Amino acid sequence: MAEEVNIINKVAMTAVDSESPWRSSLRQLRRNRAAMTALGVLLFMVVVTLLAPFYAHHFAHDNPFVPNLQGRIKIGNHFREVMQTNTTGLGVTPVGPTWNFSKYFLGADELGRDVFARVLYGGRVTLLIGFSSGLICITVATVLGMLAGYFGRATDWIISRLLDIIWAFPIYLLAISLSVILVTNGLDLGIIHIGAGSLLLPILIIASVYVPYVARPVRGIVFSLKERDFIHAAVASGASDWHILRKEILPNVMPSVIVFFPLMVALNILTESALSTLGIGVQPPEASWGTIINDGLQLLHTRPWVAIAPGICIVIVCVALNIFGDGVRDAFDPRAKLRGSI
Amino acid sequence: MLRFISKRLASALLVMFTISVLVFLIFFATPGVDPAARIAGKSATPAVLRQVAKEFGLNRPLPIRYGLMMFHLFIKQDLTSYVNIGDRIIPQITAAAPITLSLIFGAVVIWLFVGISAGVVAAKNKGKFIDPLVMFFGITAISIPVFWLGEMVSIITQGGLHRTVFAWVPNGGYVSLTQSPWQWALHLFWPWVTLASLYAGIYARVLRGELINNMNEDYIRTARAKGLSERRILYRHALRCSMITIVSLFGLDVGVLVGGAALLTEVVFGLQGVGWLTYQGLQNLDLPLIMGCVMYGAFFVVLASAVVDVLYAYIDPRIRVVA
Repeated sequence: MAEEVNIINKVAMTAVDSESPWRSSLRQLRRNRAAMTALGVLLFMVVVTLLAPFYAHHFAHDNPFVPNLQGRIKIGNHFREVMQTNTTGLGVTPVGPTWNFSKYFLGADELGRDVFARVLYGGRVTLLIGFSSGLICITVATVLGMLAGYFGRATDWIISRLLDIIWAFPIYLLAISLSVILVTNGLDLGIIHIGAGSLLLPILIIASVYVPYVARPVRGIVFSLKERDFIHAAVASGASDWHILRKEILPNVMPSVIVFFPLMVALNILTESALSTLGIGVQPPEASWGTIINDGLQLLHTRPWVAIAPGICIVIVCVALNIFGDGVRDAFDPRAKLRGSI
Repeated sequence: MLRFISKRLASALLVMFTISVLVFLIFFATPGVDPAARIAGKSATPAVLRQVAKEFGLNRPLPIRYGLMMFHLFIKQDLTSYVNIGDRIIPQITAAAPITLSLIFGAVVIWLFVGISAGVVAAKNKGKFIDPLVMFFGITAISIPVFWLGEMVSIITQGGLHRTVFAWVPNGGYVSLTQSPWQWALHLFWPWVTLASLYAGIYARVLRGELINNMNEDYIRTARAKGLSERRILYRHALRCSMITIVSLFGLDVGVLVGGAALLTEVVFGLQGVGWLTYQGLQNLDLPLIMGCVMYGAFFVVLASAVVDVLYAYIDPRIRVVA
């Protein structure tokens, strides 16, 4: 009996051993219940925000990008103005939450626009910025880190100094300085012109300030890989640098890079919201969760939901990303040292 | 050791120089940016633009302008604002610094206390219900936008509850420590909590990870074999070793915060510290003010990382050899 168990164990062990590391990591990730729940929440948020136009056209019947200062809505059996005159007779206050999905679920903002529809649309922009700047950041950082680590010498010196400068710069100050200049003027690089209101600006700014966070560890990993036997073997068999980088080094760097991705996206979303709240991230007419928090600032004590709702969305998405990120780390690179959300 | 310190200081100076050049280039040499048009306003005629450019020395070559700005900032210390003509930059920064330092001081006390105790509690109860619960709070703390948290605090403490539960919360503003220590703490309490929450979350997570790793080390097994109590092992051996990571994190975080990273907390609570000052400068594109604030910030960031490195080299001789 005991022998039988032993044999079964052995067979099981060899089966696991023969599985590729990718597949076994993925399998481990799939078995992590917290991470899978987080992934579900994340997908839910993505799908809901993608349905924004559908909601606006078919349920709320309005365009949340057009001011609606004169509009009237029906609540119960009464018609009420979207912008209600204050009891003092001075100024107006937008209508509060109706808690009714067909109209002004979360109330209106200071221009009479449907806050719930805007939160849905804003989520698309926030998630787009978070994911695309995360992707750009990780791609650029991996390329830079691999080049610096593999070629060493002058290449390494130039890239490392470049990273050192960004690293030493207080991140928020760098992001804010770049945003202030670019958001008012746009970026003009001869052939390429990016308009001042373009979403590309916050995406590129956020991507570039976090490059050193990923590039530095990648460089370190490549440095140690370079001395391993399989690289020496590749060099000895006459493989080109390009081939070695692509076929030998990249697959070994990927697990560590993948671990960074969800955490970077969370960090990017928080950075975007900070910049947009300060008025130097996403520019109108576009809206993001950050800009809606900013809109809510003036209505904080009369219509708090304008500020509360987008913030809760950010917290939900970032918590999910961090929990999922922890699961990815445990599965792909358990020894990775990551600091909190950075 | 002395050679290591001087080498580290030289590289710190080099980094500060590069940062100043970078800020200067961002504001004066970004394609499509015309500082004269900024100062003169939108509807300025070409003649006015030329006049402004001449007055502010904007028609001179870039390196000379950079040199002049650094000369006025560091040597004569009389750099003046572009926006509020005649206002000196350095007195503004020195007036704002105590507010930033007060904000950070209280936040540090809170986040170290909360972060370390949460990390220890989670590691001690690994595998039980309380560990994931504490860690969930940690993750939530690092997932909240600081600015929004400030707004929520304001809704709660200044809204309907202000007349009852939160009657003790002042309506914003700042009272200096020398004026009234009690009022100082009262005014800063909620900003402290807001700023501390993110760091408490980070520290709790990092400390838990370090503690759990260290508890698997050989020296812990030795300590157990010697018959020490679990309590003593955790606090005297594992925690002590894990604190090395926390200390180095702490050095860098405080450096960055003193350097202006508390900007969002300062803006949302209207505390007129260095971060708030930087924000004002950025809004008006007041370059001398931004330059002053960024150089002040960079100084603390670079200083903190140099101090951490030197301390490390002092503790661990291997680092000296590598560097």
